[in-house]
Amino acid sequence: MISLSAVCKRYPQGYEALKDITLSIAAGELVFVTGHSGAGKTTLLKLIAAIERPTSGSVIVNGQNAGAMSARAIPFLRRNFGLIFQDHKLLYDRSVFDNVALPLQIIGYDRRDTARRVRAALDKVGLLGKERALPITLSGGEQQRLAIARAIVHRPAILLADEPTGNLDPDYGAQIGELFRSFNQVGVTVVIATHDAPLAERLKPRLVTLRNGALVSAPARAAA
Amino acid sequence: MKAWLYHHVATLGATLGRLGRSPVATLFNALVIGIALALPVALHVALGSFQKFAAGLTASPQLSLFLARDADARDVARIEGRLRVHPGVQRFRHVPRDEALRSLRAASGLADVIDSLERNPLPDAFVIDAAEAGTEALQALRAEFAQWPRVEHVQLDAVWAQRLDALLGLGRLAVILLGTLLAFALIAVTFNTIRLQVLTQRDEIEIVKLIGATAPFIRRPFLYMGALTGLAGGLAALLFVAAGIFLLNDRLAELSLLYGTPLSLDFPGVADSAAVLLFATGLGWLGARLSVGRHLAQLASD
Repeated sequence: MISLSAVCKRYPQGYEALKDITLSIAAGELVFVTGHSGAGKTTLLKLIAAIERPTSGSVIVNGQNAGAMSARAIPFLRRNFGLIFQDHKLLYDRSVFDNVALPLQIIGYDRRDTARRVRAALDKVGLLGKERALPITLSGGEQQRLAIARAIVHRPAILLADEPTGNLDPDYGAQIGELFRSFNQVGVTVVIATHDAPLAERLKPRLVTLRNGALVSAPARAAA
Repeated sequence: MKAWLYHHVATLGATLGRLGRSPVATLFNALVIGIALALPVALHVALGSFQKFAAGLTASPQLSLFLARDADARDVARIEGRLRVHPGVQRFRHVPRDEALRSLRAASGLADVIDSLERNPLPDAFVIDAAEAGTEALQALRAEFAQWPRVEHVQLDAVWAQRLDALLGLGRLAVILLGTLLAFALIAVTFNTIRLQVLTQRDEIEIVKLIGATAPFIRRPFLYMGALTGLAGGLAALLFVAAGIFLLNDRLAELSLLYGTPLSLDFPGVADSAAVLLFATGLGWLGARLSVGRHLAQLASD
């Protein structure tokens, strides 16, 4: 489903974020990308989502070369993903409902299907009662769940999350972890960049470890 | 199709909401565009009314033939005879000098002045409708009549109509030039408005890009905003012009009473108004399209 071969990423200032990464993630896997901060976790996710392009090597997603795609084709690749960012990237001038509806509007759902799917996604993350609220009135954990609802509302095949439990207290972190597990159980490929060791302990994912931009270990398949 | 419509209606609603949330800025944008557009629209309306007024004045090709002041009844009769048999004359009317004076006295409000005159300063005159309307035929008639004995002056009324027509043509050209110039102003105003809007919404643009929005999707709300700004400006322009006409017509009604000619400016018609609104909306859209294309590319390269 996702395969990187000999991927290097060097930023214009000369900083080398990723060095010769070869990695392949099968459909339906639950993968944690771990490592110290600055190890290249975020860059790896960005390459998969075609937010950045590799300096060399290839990134293949669903049989498409995400690293060498035309700007016109990228939006359609992105629709395969649900993206969850460390800083949520919510639209703070829109209601919870409108935030979650955004991916569906982009794809072009009609009003009835949109409302139905948005409610289903909000129900899934436990925010059904807050659809009219503005994101700023939500707690940090609720905002994270809202971001997750937005990422899953269009039922993507791949979920990419960058430090989804980074700023949350452990209880909330555990809840979020359970959410990801439930998505993975219905067949969604889940890739999470995190250094949340307790979470990894609980979910028992396949662990991909990076150090200074290089791959340290990526056992083919964990006992899931 | 339904989804497409839903999306457009939703975008339109969101854009209206956004405009409504900054009413002062929206109002001033509409005012600037309105004032810029009001100038050519007002000129166009004035020209149209004037043209109608002028057309009423010059219905047919006419010549006025003035006899010498000392011409007597015999001279008048002779001229009348010649005119009656002339093939180039379709119809003519004799205006005796006394009648001319009476009508001048009645129409001009110069009764006192005229009463104080010792003798009638006006000559006998003939108003002649030519059989042929062409400029050359009229000029030939004029030359011919001028040769007749006791004819002092022949005036071709159509000449000033032609001059007026040329002037009106010039006026129309001025409208087009002014309109073109101010169209650029409108484009510039929306260009800037949309530039600011793109900058304020840069986070939002980045986010929707990340979740798979295509370039047309990202552009759409800005294009709506440009078009709506243009539309609001067009409405403001029509309002300005209508208010101006309303105020001027009051004054013109007084003038009409004084001059005895109906003088009034017409309000812009449905077709003209629709054209103004369409034009303004289109230009707003164009300004937005140029701006959003440029500034989105800039954001992407940052």
